[in-house]
Amino acid sequence: MARVNSPKELEGLRQQILSERDPNKPCIAICAGIGCLACGAAKVVTVFKQEVEKQGLKLDVDIKETGCPGFCERGPIVVIYPEEICYLQVQPEDVPEIISQTIKEKKVIDRLLYIDPTTGEKSTYESEIPFYKNQHRLLIGQNIKIDPRSIDDYIALGGYKALAKALCAMTPEQVMEEVDKANLRGRGGGGFPAGAKWKTTRDAPGEPKYVIVNADEGDPGAFMDRSLLEGNPHSVIEGLVIGAYAIGSHEGFVYVRQEYPLAVENINIAIKQAGEYGLLGKNILGSGFDFVIDVHRGAGAFVSGESSALMTAIEGRVGEPRPKYIRTAVSGVWDKPSNLNNVETWANVPLIIDRGADWFRSIGTEGSKGTKIFSLVGKVNNTGLVEVPMGVTLRSIIYDIGGGIPGGKKFKAVQTGGPSGGMIPEQYLDASVDFDELTKLDSMMGSGGMIVMDEDTCVVDVARYFIDFLCDESCGKCVPCREGLKHMREILNDIVGGRGKQGDIELLEGLSRVMKKASLCALGQTAPNPVLTTINYFRDEYEAHIEEKRCPALVCKELISYHIDPDKCKACMICGRECPVSAISGGKGLIHIIDQEKCTRCGTCFDVCPTRFRAVKKISGEPVPAPVPEAERVLVRGNK
Amino acid sequence: MEPVKVDEIIDKYPAQSSVLIQLLLDIQGEFSWIPREAIQCVSERLNIPLSQIYRVASFYKAMSLTPRGRHVVNVCLGTACHVRGATRIIDKVEDSLGIKTGETTEDMQFTLQRVNCLGCCALGPVMLVDKDYHGKMTPAKVAAVLKDYD
Repeated sequence: MARVNSPKELEGLRQQILSERDPNKPCIAICAGIGCLACGAAKVVTVFKQEVEKQGLKLDVDIKETGCPGFCERGPIVVIYPEEICYLQVQPEDVPEIISQTIKEKKVIDRLLYIDPTTGEKSTYESEIPFYKNQHRLLIGQNIKIDPRSIDDYIALGGYKALAKALCAMTPEQVMEEVDKANLRGRGGGGFPAGAKWKTTRDAPGEPKYVIVNADEGDPGAFMDRSLLEGNPHSVIEGLVIGAYAIGSHEGFVYVRQEYPLAVENINIAIKQAGEYGLLGKNILGSGFDFVIDVHRGAGAFVSGESSALMTAIEGRVGEPRPKYIRTAVSGVWDKPSNLNNVETWANVPLIIDRGADWFRSIGTEGSKGTKIFSLVGKVNNTGLVEVPMGVTLRSIIYDIGGGIPGGKKFKAVQTGGPSGGMIPEQYLDASVDFDELTKLDSMMGSGGMIVMDEDTCVVDVARYFIDFLCDESCGKCVPCREGLKHMREILNDIVGGRGKQGDIELLEGLSRVMKKASLCALGQTAPNPVLTTINYFRDEYEAHIEEKRCPALVCKELISYHIDPDKCKACMICGRECPVSAISGGKGLIHIIDQEKCTRCGTCFDVCPTRFRAVKKISGEPVPAPVPEAERVLVRGNK
Repeated sequence: MEPVKVDEIIDKYPAQSSVLIQLLLDIQGEFSWIPREAIQCVSERLNIPLSQIYRVASFYKAMSLTPRGRHVVNVCLGTACHVRGATRIIDKVEDSLGIKTGETTEDMQFTLQRVNCLGCCALGPVMLVDKDYHGKMTPAKVAAVLKDYD
């Protein structure tokens, strides 16, 4: 690769890349994000390559493995260019037909298209699918067009143009002004204005200064940063270099969790390629500005995503937070001024520089500008990544984009903000989603996790889940967090285990108050939120667990029982065979009975009972009906 | 454990204490656990006290100070997987392998771990065996998945 020495040469390179590409040449883009890989995308790619060769089209068709476009629910996703036909859930056996029909004959294969479950209408193009149609995809929209391992793909789409503009046509102050004016707020959850943070680091005494990408996406249920880093790593690098220029930093870090092996791989490749073009290293684009990036892998600790903890991890020490009387922007890595922003925040920077702060400000709400990516998961039809302008309502995200709740079930709550956020009930579905509105509901927007729960989800169980998670992840340095979480876990375990007692709810509230006020870092300060919001919005469910020993959602193992309805049992023996503890008696023609003493409430019988019988019943808070007397157990065929 | 491999890993990095976590991750990747001899070697070559290395190695979840099985089963217990029934998956795996989470089978074939989020939330519940992702798991599918690694 030849080094690019000026913005002019960069533009020349872009033109050259474009001229070597025929826009009318068919290109098969296959999502190779982790989600689609888990659905078998790797096999699909291999078969496409073999089939293209077999049908003699090797030189006439490009095959591209791209980043994640977001519709993980329907993976593996394949888009055929130039027509942009979008096929979903493509299996290896569909490949020969796609080549012979769509590539050769230009015919669309109907059964691979998106079919609207309510109207039955088919969508040929990505832009027609309701999941995509209602989004505003500035950041993840390009993922399906880019092979993340090809810098040329990124440059062809105008990549690094913003960097050239910043380095060669703007002063660091002007770049800073632009980002400040855009009111770009931190996408990691804090919502702190990036411009103000950058200024603090720039003005802080001490050299060198560091800039850091926080890709330690630890919130369970969130994968926005993974898809950006995996799918479009150059956009993050470009943003980081621009920020470094504004701040006056010459060394940066990408801190990425090792649970994302593909992200680690792709960012390393991207850094290497950018270095070869001279977009990293000495005298970038002939501007005289030098900058290098080092990748650090996180080793599996949620608390290390906290800024001060992350910085000590970069130093090679245990990633624990410290009190932040002095901000990390002033004293961070090796006590030097260090500016840390989230992956998504950095990825927004090139857009702001390229299109201007005024354009960016035209998207979103008064206090929150731009778009936000959410990971819409849980009990919702269209799970995946969703990018919308700030200010869209929860209802619009869950119903218009997410397609509502599966199986005709009722919506119960949506959990936002990860373990630091809260659960928002149905009456607030029309709340708009931005940094400030969700905080008013005692939750937060957080980094973008959005977990939808239906009537079959027990909120007390979910609150316990989060406390359990945080209890494991608390570093133990400060007492309120370490001990507070431990005791909250015990109380919640008692409640879901049927041992709850009067006063437990008040005790949880009391512990929460202390933790919020006295914990060292945000992990402990926000840890009580899932408990407090569930007590606030679903107090009756806590009371049902404590007073009636009943789990209204029929989830908590110790509070439920299974029994077989003798009127519905057809003595098919499936449940008896599958029961892992042999708790079900009965044979052919003999109505089955669950031995309540032996039953471990694993739910296997409930799952395997054929839906046309639905004989296994789940109950809570009421006694199990007496088993059918021996004399009546014999099933007379045709009678029942 | 081959000491040569540890030396090779150490040689990849500059000789400074800040590389400790990256080094240990590489050793973990190479041997699937971090043997005592490797820690001693790192300590001597980088001049970092043993206690400091053990502190780091015992803090992080990705590092194991005991040998792990030939296959590592990670059941995701992220929120999305949790609400879709991940606890039942892990119960089933524990039951099938006859071990608790965090343990290794006696024949050293499997180690079972829980992971807090693999980022494949749309496919929950997810189970990762070595490098293979298995999405939309059900308790009934567990036995079939594990059988492939026996």
